[in-house]
Amino acid sequence: MEKKIALSMRGITKRFGSVVANHNVDLDVYEGEILSILGENGCGKTTLMNMISGIYFPDEGKIYKDGNEVVIRSPKDAFDLKIGMIHQHFKLVDLFTAAENIVLGVNEKGRHNLKTVNSRVSQIAEKYGFHIDPQKKIYDMSVSEKQTVEIIKVLYRGADILILDEPTAVLTPQEIERLFHVLRRMKEDGKSIIIITHKLHEVLSVSDRVAILRKGEHIATVNTCDATESSLTEMMVGKKVSLDIDRSEPENVQPRLEVKELNCIDSEGIQVLKDITFTANSGEILGIAGIAGSGQRELLEAIAGLHPIASGQIIFNNPKKDKPVTFFHKSLGKVKDMAAQDAFHDKAGAPMRFKGMNNTQIKAEVAAENVLFREDEVMNLRGKTPLEIRSLGVRLSFVPEDRLGMGLVGSMGITDNMMLRSYRKGHAGFVDRKKPRELAEEIIKELEVSTPGVNTPVRRLSGGNVQKVLVGREIAFAPKVLMAAYPVRGLDINSSYTIYNLLNKQKKNGVAVIFVGEDLDVLLALCDRIMVINSGTVTGMLDARTATKEEIGLLMTRTDAPAKEVAQ
Amino acid sequence: MSEQKKTAVHEPLFHLAKRSNISFGKAMLIRAVAILLGLLVCGLVAFLLIDKLRENPGKIGDFYYSFIKGSFTTERKLWKFLKNMAILQCISLAVTPAFRMRFWNIGAEGQTLMGVLGSITVAFYWGGRLPEWLLLILMLIAALLYGAVWAVIPALFKAKWNTNETLFTLMMNYVATYVVSYFLVIWVPSGSSTLGKLKYGKLPPLPFGDQYLLIILIVLLLTVGLFIYLKYSKQGYEITVVGESVRTAQYSGINVKKVIIRTMVVSGLLCGLTGYLIGAGLDQSVTTESVGGQGFTAIIVSWLANFNPLIMIVTAGLISFLNSGAAQISQDFNVSGALPDVIVGIILFFIIGCEFFINYQIVFRHSAKVKEVAK
Amino acid sequence: MNVWLNFLIESLAFGAVFMYGSTGEILTEKAGHLNLGIPGIMCMGGAGGCLVLNIIGGWNLPPVLVVILGVMGALMMSMLMGLIYSFLTVTLRANQNVTGLAMTTFGVGLMKVIMSKLDPTVYLVGPKKIFRWPFAERTDALQYLGVLFFVGVAIAIVASWVLYRTKVGLRLRSVGENPGTADAVGINVTRYKYLATCIGSGISGLGGFYCIIDYMASQEAYLSLEAFGWLSIALVIFALWRPHMTIIGSTVFGFLFSCSSYIANIEWITVTMAAKPLLKMLPYVVTVLVLIITSIRNKRENQPPASLGLAYFREER
Repeated sequence: MEKKIALSMRGITKRFGSVVANHNVDLDVYEGEILSILGENGCGKTTLMNMISGIYFPDEGKIYKDGNEVVIRSPKDAFDLKIGMIHQHFKLVDLFTAAENIVLGVNEKGRHNLKTVNSRVSQIAEKYGFHIDPQKKIYDMSVSEKQTVEIIKVLYRGADILILDEPTAVLTPQEIERLFHVLRRMKEDGKSIIIITHKLHEVLSVSDRVAILRKGEHIATVNTCDATESSLTEMMVGKKVSLDIDRSEPENVQPRLEVKELNCIDSEGIQVLKDITFTANSGEILGIAGIAGSGQRELLEAIAGLHPIASGQIIFNNPKKDKPVTFFHKSLGKVKDMAAQDAFHDKAGAPMRFKGMNNTQIKAEVAAENVLFREDEVMNLRGKTPLEIRSLGVRLSFVPEDRLGMGLVGSMGITDNMMLRSYRKGHAGFVDRKKPRELAEEIIKELEVSTPGVNTPVRRLSGGNVQKVLVGREIAFAPKVLMAAYPVRGLDINSSYTIYNLLNKQKKNGVAVIFVGEDLDVLLALCDRIMVINSGTVTGMLDARTATKEEIGLLMTRTDAPAKEVAQ
Repeated sequence: MSEQKKTAVHEPLFHLAKRSNISFGKAMLIRAVAILLGLLVCGLVAFLLIDKLRENPGKIGDFYYSFIKGSFTTERKLWKFLKNMAILQCISLAVTPAFRMRFWNIGAEGQTLMGVLGSITVAFYWGGRLPEWLLLILMLIAALLYGAVWAVIPALFKAKWNTNETLFTLMMNYVATYVVSYFLVIWVPSGSSTLGKLKYGKLPPLPFGDQYLLIILIVLLLTVGLFIYLKYSKQGYEITVVGESVRTAQYSGINVKKVIIRTMVVSGLLCGLTGYLIGAGLDQSVTTESVGGQGFTAIIVSWLANFNPLIMIVTAGLISFLNSGAAQISQDFNVSGALPDVIVGIILFFIIGCEFFINYQIVFRHSAKVKEVAK
Repeated sequence: MNVWLNFLIESLAFGAVFMYGSTGEILTEKAGHLNLGIPGIMCMGGAGGCLVLNIIGGWNLPPVLVVILGVMGALMMSMLMGLIYSFLTVTLRANQNVTGLAMTTFGVGLMKVIMSKLDPTVYLVGPKKIFRWPFAERTDALQYLGVLFFVGVAIAIVASWVLYRTKVGLRLRSVGENPGTADAVGINVTRYKYLATCIGSGISGLGGFYCIIDYMASQEAYLSLEAFGWLSIALVIFALWRPHMTIIGSTVFGFLFSCSSYIANIEWITVTMAAKPLLKMLPYVVTVLVLIITSIRNKRENQPPASLGLAYFREER
C-alpha cells in the first residue's frame, strides 16, 4: 500500500559552535506510522527533532510538510503545521493546572473558558485511553501524569505529527505498555508518530520503521519487520563493539556499608524511603535497579549525608589496617568483648569467632599465627554532614546523577573542580592549587579526557568527558565505598566502557561499589548483586549472575510484595 | 493549506548564537565603540537640554572638553576625582563577594549609610570626651558593626527561609534612610534636621601628599586584599562554588547557610568601612544623602567589571570620570545639577547593551529566497 | 469621626500614586522582569505629561483635550522608557537589576533637568477641575479624589482580571513562570515581555503624572517622586503580585506614609517630631514583614514569578 509522506527533511545540518550536531540528514515520515529514531546518546536525535518542532533552526537544509517547503522558525510555526513535540524534560508550568497547561498558547476563538477546556480534555483522554484530572496542579503530579498532560496538550492542538523524546525513560513497564497502546490508537487514527529512543526492544515492539542516526548522520531507515536487535545495533554503533562486560569473581568480600531500616521523608512531607535494609560488601558491585524516581537518588544522598534521615542506621565498617597477631596481647584486657565480634579473621580473610575460647586458647591460635587481627572501626553515618563523614576518615565517594549541577562546577576548570572535595586541606586560609593541577593532568592523561586545557570550564566539555573528570576525581580519593548514580547516562559506548572498566577496577581493589543504573542489561552484566527498589522500598536482592530481566522488571513494578532476599 | 504557505514565505534573516570565546582585544574594542556611541548620543541629548548649546552649536567642542576639565585640568580636581573614585570603588568592592555568590544584595546604599551613622553616632556622643585616637577606633568599630548588622539581617532570612534577598535588601535601604532621619531629628533640636560638621572624629590625613591620599591608599589596599581573598582563599573558593550551584556546594560539604551569612557579613563590613571613610574621613556628619545613590551605582560598577576587584578600578574610574565631567558641564553651561545622572545613564545604557555583542554572535543567513516546491 | 474619613480619603488619594506604580510593575514582573527602573519611569511619566501641558498651556484648548493630551504625554514618555528597558533586557539580555538601576539614574536625572526648565504656573494651572472631575465642586476631603484616581482603580481591577481570567493573562503568567514552556507552546515570549514591560511602564508613568499634577499639585512634587517609585516596588510584594490587592495595599501604604502629618492634627494623640521618620519607615518595615511571612509560609501561589530576573535565550544548551 502506498502511503503518503507527511513530512520530509532534506540535507539538514546544524552546528553548535564547532560541534556538528546534525550533518546532511534526509528523513521521511509517512502518515499513520510509528517511526523510531534510534541512536546512541549524543548522536543528534533530539537536535534533529528540535528543528522540526521549532526549538532550533537548521543551519542548512529544507523541511517539507505534505510536499510544501516550510520554514519552522518557532514552536508556534510547528504547531501551525500540526507538529507537536513531547520533550524529555516536560515543558509545563508547575503553578498551573493540567487544563491551563493544555490550553496555554492555543489560539481559539471566544472567551477564555476553562470549563469547555476541561470537557474537551476529558474527551481526548477517553478517545485514546488516558486517565487525567484536568483541575490538578502540575506540582502535585507524578511523572507519568505529567507526560499524559504533555501528550494531551499536543493532541488538543490537533497535531497530526507527534514527536516523543525518550518517552519511556521515566515510566514503569506497565505505563510503557499503556503508552504504546495509546500510540497505536493514534496511529490507527492516521497520525504520524516519531519516537526518539535508544532502547532496541521498544523499537522492535512498537514501531513500523526505524531511522538510525550515528554521530549526527542519518545511516539508514529500515522497516522494523526486516530488522533484528543485532542488525540495528550494528548500524547504531558502527563498528562491532563487544557487549560483554568483563566481570570478575568478587574477592575478599567483607560487609562494608550496612544500611538498616532507613526511612527518609522529603521536604514536601512524602516518605521517599521506607525501611531500606541492605549491605554493600567490599570487592563487589551492588547494582540498584528501579524505575526513575523510586528513591535511588534519596538513598545515595542519605548515605552521603545530603538528605535528612527520619530513622534508621547507616553503619560503616572502616577497615583501618591489618595487623599481625603479635600486637594482640597489648589489648588482652578486651578479649572478652572482642570474642563476640567479627574482629578476627583467618588468613583467607573470613571472620573467625573466639566465642567459647578462653584466653589461653586464643593466645595459642595467635601464637600459631593462624589469625589476623583486624581492627575495624564501626561508625554510624546517620545524621552526619558530608564534612563530618569525611573528617571521621570515611572514604566515601559519590558520583551524583546531576554532574554539572551537583558533582562539578560548570564554570570552573578541571583543576578547580579537583579541589571541590579537598580544598580544605593545607595550611591557613588559602587554597593550594598545585596538587589538584597534578591530579587534573593525571586524569586527563589516564582517562583520555579531551579538553583544551586544565583551566577550560568543564561546562564546555562533552558529556563523556565531564563524566570522566567526575569519576576520575572520585576514584582518586581511594574510596572504600564508591556510589555512582547513572554514571553512563548520555555517554557513548566507548565512554561507557571506560566507566565500566573503572568501576571493575575499583571492585578488584576491594572497594564496595554501589551502581545505580537504568539499563537492565548493563546491570545484569556488570554487577554481582542487584537490589531492586520500588517506591522507596526494597523489593528484592538478586544474584546478578542468575537473575533475569523479567524477574527484575517484576520487582521494579509490584507494590505489595514484602522485601525478600533471593540471594546473598 | 493556506496557513502553511504563509509560513513558507521567508526564513529568518539572522539568528543568535552564544559565543564560546572572544578575544580580550575584541571585547575591549566593542566596549570602546559603545562608549564612543554613548558620548555621541550624549552630545545629541545635550543639544536638546542645554539652551546655550542650541544657541551656539560651535560650543559642542567645549561640551566634550568639559569631561576632561571635570577631572584632570587641576591638581585639586584630580585628587577630588580620585577620592570620588575611591569611595565608589570601595562600595563596589563591598557588594562584590555577595554578587559572586549570586546573592543579589542591592542594599549597599543602606549598609553604607548605616556605617556612616555608626561612626557619627560615636563621634556625636563621645566626641571631645575621649582621646581622638580612641574615638576614631570606636567610630570604626561602630561603623563596621552597623554595616554588618544591616547586611546580615537579609542574609539570615535568606539562609533560613530563602526570603528573596533582592527585595529585602532594597527595602532595608529605605529603612536605613529613616533611621538616619530619626536620629537627625533627635540630635538637631532646631528642627532643621541638618547636623553641622562635627569637631571631633576626623581621620587625620597622611603627613605627606594630599588630604585624600589616605582614603585612596586604604581603598587600593582593600582592592588587592579582596582580589586575593576571592581568588586564592578557601572562603573565596567556597563563595564561587555556592554561587555556581548550591547543590554542588552541599555535595562538597560546604555549609551553604554559613557561607551566605559569612559572605554577607564581609559585604556589610566593607560597606561599614566605606561608611567610616565617608563619615570620619570626609564629612564628619551624616545626612540621609551621605551615600548619595553610590550604593546603587556600585552595583553597576561591580557588574561591569565582571565582579573582578582589579577591573573594578577601571569601571569605577570610568563612572567617576563621567560624573565629574558631567558636573563640570552643568556648571559651565549653567544647567540643572541633575545632568550628570542623565549623561551617566545614557552611557550606561550603551555599556550594558554592548555586553550582548560580547556574549552573543549574530549569524546572518546567506540564502534569502525560498522557492515554492511543487508536490 | 470626620477626621478619620478625611484621613481615609487622603490615604486613598496618596496611595493611588503607588497603586499606579505597582500595578505597572506587577505586569512587568509577571513577565519575569524585575524592573528596578520604575522610579525613573514614573519620573519620566510625570515629566512627559508636564512637558506636554507646558507646551499646550498657551493654546487655549478645551480642558478635556488638555487632560487627554497630558495623559498621552505621560504614557508616551514612560512607554519609551519601558521600550529602552525591554530592548536592553529582553533583546540584548542585559542584567535586569543593573539595567533597572541605570534606568532610574537616567530617568530621575532627566526628569529633574526637564522639570527645572518648565514653568509650574503653566503646567500646574491646567484644567485642574477636569482632573478632579467627580468631586470638583466640593470643598471637603472628597475633592482630593479625581478622575485619575478612579482610572487608577479601574486599571488595577482590569489588570487583575486580565492576568487571572483571560487567555492573554494565562500566557503572560506562563512567560514569567517558565519562558521555555511558553515558547514551546508557541507563545511569542519576546512580544509578551515587551508588551508587558511597555504597558506596565505606561501605567507606572501615569502614576508619576498623577502625583505631580493631581495629588500633590505643587512645584516641588517631582522631588519626592523617586521615593514613591521605590515604595511602589515594595507594594508589589505587599500585594503578593495581584494588581487588585494594590488598591488595599496602596491605601495602607498611603495611610502609614502620611499618618505622621495627620495624627499631629488629632488632639488626643501627641506625636513627637522624632516619631515622624519612624512612621514613614513603617511601609518598608511592613513590606519586609510581608516578604518574610510569605517566604516562611512558602505557599506556591504567593511566591515571586519563578523566572523573575532571568534572561531567556531559546538556544541555550
